[in-house]
Amino acid sequence: MAEILKRNKALAVNPLKASQPVGASLAFLGINKAIPMLHGSQGCTAFGKVFFVRHFREPIPLQTTAMDQVSTVMSADENVIEGLRAVCEKSKPALIGLPTTGLSETQGTDIKRLVKDFYTAHPEFAHIPVVPVNTPDFTGCLESGYALAVKATLEVMLPHKSNDIGKRKKQVNVLAGSFLTPGDVEHIKELIEAFGLRPLVLPDIGDSLDGHLTEMESSPLTVGGTPVSDISSMGESIATLVLGNSLYDAADFLKAQTSVPDFRFNSLMGLDAMDAFVSALAEISGKPVPEKIERQRAQLQDAMVDSHFMLGFARVAIAADADLLYGFARLVSELGCEVVAAVAPARAPILQDVSAAQVSIGDLEDLEIAAKHNGAQLVISNSHAVETARRLGVPLLRAGFPQYDLLGGYQRLWVGYRGTRQALFDLANMLVEHGQHEPEPYVSIYAQRTGEGYATSAPDKTH
Amino acid sequence: MQAKDIAELLNEPACTHNKKEKSGCARPKPGATAGGCSFDGAQIALLPIADVAHIVHGPIACAGSSWDNRGTRSSGPTLYRIGMTTDLTEQDVIMGRGEKRLFHAIKQAVDSYAPKAVFIYNTCVPALTGDDIGAVCKAAAEKTGVPVIPVDCAGFYGTKNLGNRIAGEAMFKYVVGTAEPLPVPESAQRPGITVHDVNLIGEYNIAGEFWNVAPLFDELGLRILCTLSGDARFHDVQTMHRAEANMVVCAKALLNVARKLQTDYKTPFFEGSFYGVTDTSMAFREFAKLLNDPSLTERTEALIAREEAKINTALDPWREKLRGKRVLLYTGGVKSWSIVSALQDLGMEVVATGTNKSTEEDKARIREIMGDKTRMITDGSPKALLGAVKEYQADILIAGGRNMYTALKARIPFLDINQEREFGYEGYSGMVELARQLALTIQSPVWPSVRKPAPWAKSNVPGVELGA
Repeated sequence: MAEILKRNKALAVNPLKASQPVGASLAFLGINKAIPMLHGSQGCTAFGKVFFVRHFREPIPLQTTAMDQVSTVMSADENVIEGLRAVCEKSKPALIGLPTTGLSETQGTDIKRLVKDFYTAHPEFAHIPVVPVNTPDFTGCLESGYALAVKATLEVMLPHKSNDIGKRKKQVNVLAGSFLTPGDVEHIKELIEAFGLRPLVLPDIGDSLDGHLTEMESSPLTVGGTPVSDISSMGESIATLVLGNSLYDAADFLKAQTSVPDFRFNSLMGLDAMDAFVSALAEISGKPVPEKIERQRAQLQDAMVDSHFMLGFARVAIAADADLLYGFARLVSELGCEVVAAVAPARAPILQDVSAAQVSIGDLEDLEIAAKHNGAQLVISNSHAVETARRLGVPLLRAGFPQYDLLGGYQRLWVGYRGTRQALFDLANMLVEHGQHEPEPYVSIYAQRTGEGYATSAPDKTH
Repeated sequence: MQAKDIAELLNEPACTHNKKEKSGCARPKPGATAGGCSFDGAQIALLPIADVAHIVHGPIACAGSSWDNRGTRSSGPTLYRIGMTTDLTEQDVIMGRGEKRLFHAIKQAVDSYAPKAVFIYNTCVPALTGDDIGAVCKAAAEKTGVPVIPVDCAGFYGTKNLGNRIAGEAMFKYVVGTAEPLPVPESAQRPGITVHDVNLIGEYNIAGEFWNVAPLFDELGLRILCTLSGDARFHDVQTMHRAEANMVVCAKALLNVARKLQTDYKTPFFEGSFYGVTDTSMAFREFAKLLNDPSLTERTEALIAREEAKINTALDPWREKLRGKRVLLYTGGVKSWSIVSALQDLGMEVVATGTNKSTEEDKARIREIMGDKTRMITDGSPKALLGAVKEYQADILIAGGRNMYTALKARIPFLDINQEREFGYEGYSGMVELARQLALTIQSPVWPSVRKPAPWAKSNVPGVELGA
């Protein structure tokens, strides 16, 4: 059980944290023909938009209630109603996500009441679900904001208790956590389909943010994602797969409303985690594990054996949101690595189970200090850790949000036997490439090899 | 190369097994042979000479499959890592243009890279078509003003071991004795220490491992004229004849060089190893003995006492983890005994050792270290090795890189001990690295993971056992 070290300094240096409103927006971006509208100043949205545009290299639909000085002081209620009306009128979305921000929360907005007021004032838009969610940026992080948005979506879409389990015999709900990339979600869907099941993924960023060119040249709404009508049918599924500890709260709600049995997974990286997942699919479907998946498992085992020479005793530093941190720490520990520095941006129940002696709630400076002190050989974190890793003189494996300096980082497959295998290769290669396991070159005191450079440069001449 | 020259090289008088009825090295058996050819052996023995342009004369397969494939390190030039070959074409072979191409290749190498010397490795095809590489080398040396050394080591001449000797022979014939060492620099003179010149023969500085040991030589006032050939320079090899004592580090490979230095220059030699605490200390003692300098002996003992105390403390935590673990060792030649003592230093038990490539002398040494009931393994096939691992209940297989995947596929911990490895194990401090690597693989959590059947599997046998 990891010891959780509280944040103990006034200044956050090289922050690791992305905000709750940003996380909530991400969840809504995984719903088809949807748009998130942040209730805050226009900057709240603009920054969030740039954050995602750089990460996904996609246009990102994101609106704002555009609170200004007057509305901030007097009342911003009208901004919400006006904003919702404008978006409904202009874009005809299938769903609007309405996360609050630090600004509107501090002001004291009652976001749920405002949505009711909106429907009263505009009954013509009663068919468009609006999902309000309280996500101030002064608590939590991207992961918790995302989880709150998923739960809020379920609350709006499944307002009544139901008992229709298994009405759709092949449908399996998947609550997909924020630690999953579009590539991960795609792969998870393939795995589920391999058992003859139909995955209903919420949110499905694998469909909306996977980066594909479409017929449509532009869209004010998300293109792809979970169809809103599907969400209402979640109570008719045969089972729910919950991916990520951060979504357990949302899963509790779903289970309470629908009584659909669920299977919960904290991580899908590594052999044990995947064995549990695949076993669950076999159990749900009543079908044997397909040979293709057996083969992927055997391939992962081979990779584990091949890479253990490099990964054994390797000292790893990880900074990420709780679920991702947990997943990576567990993965590398299963390969014989030691997690010598672990940092999460905010508290979460899963942190106590992270495979490390200590987990700090903090920033990349905390990571850097711990990594340096404990002689880390590799850093796993987002693109902000590039300089951290450079100063430490160790390689960086980019994971999490944001990844603005790596093409394709947004869609990388980490989970499954396949994703894990590639992660092992990359980790091992990085350690080999940056490895300093050889003795320093020694030149004898008696040596008189004058004029020797360390390396022979290539000849100036070309042939 | 003439048949009689080959026969002469095969008959290495310094090899103990030549004193028995079965003399010379065994010929390879078609269909049942593993291991490299003479070209492989010659190239491996000389390639670490860092400031030399190493040109492989032949079609692409020889250089193409082998260049830059060795873990040896240089503290200076990296010319030796630049792959060079004449890459003979069909037209060259048919039209007899090999010699001409070689000549121009040498010139190009000299013009582009200004090497201190050029070594030409002859291979099967030009040997068969009859290229006179000796003549070409001579002409090219005159033209370029750079020494060009022929190493006539076509693969069909014989085994890798023969290739090692051919390499040694070429060095002795064309290079050794062609230059004098520089005087010891005043700055390196220390009161009370007489500097002695020595050579290390068959030390390849794999993964820089000799740098673990080199500072101790400096401390004792032993100037290494040449390590043949790890981190060596052409000039070092030229001056080898001036050493007062030689150590043969890899017993078989370049024994002929040591023997010829003894016959022609009266330089005494001993065979030793830097693997393990015991052997490293022994090597320094042997030098002190041969050099017969009381002050050196005294300082050597002090150094040994200090280093052994230091390393024993450093090894203690590792011994905890490794004590009683059972090792199956399968490796060639010198390593079969030199590693044994290193493993015993760590409290491990060597349950059996491979002796396929070991000489009679190596085997005698093994018996000496491990006792008479030592099990020696001669069959190195994957099936036999895995069978032995099972039979002797070994915790780990230590072998060359080519056996690595045999072990890994069978889910058995493994340590690579041959030249391609990435870690240096020599000297006192190298022992810590060795211990670390051993513990790393033996303790790795991946083994239970990969041995465990899938939770949905009906049978609980992960893979088919190859052994037993």
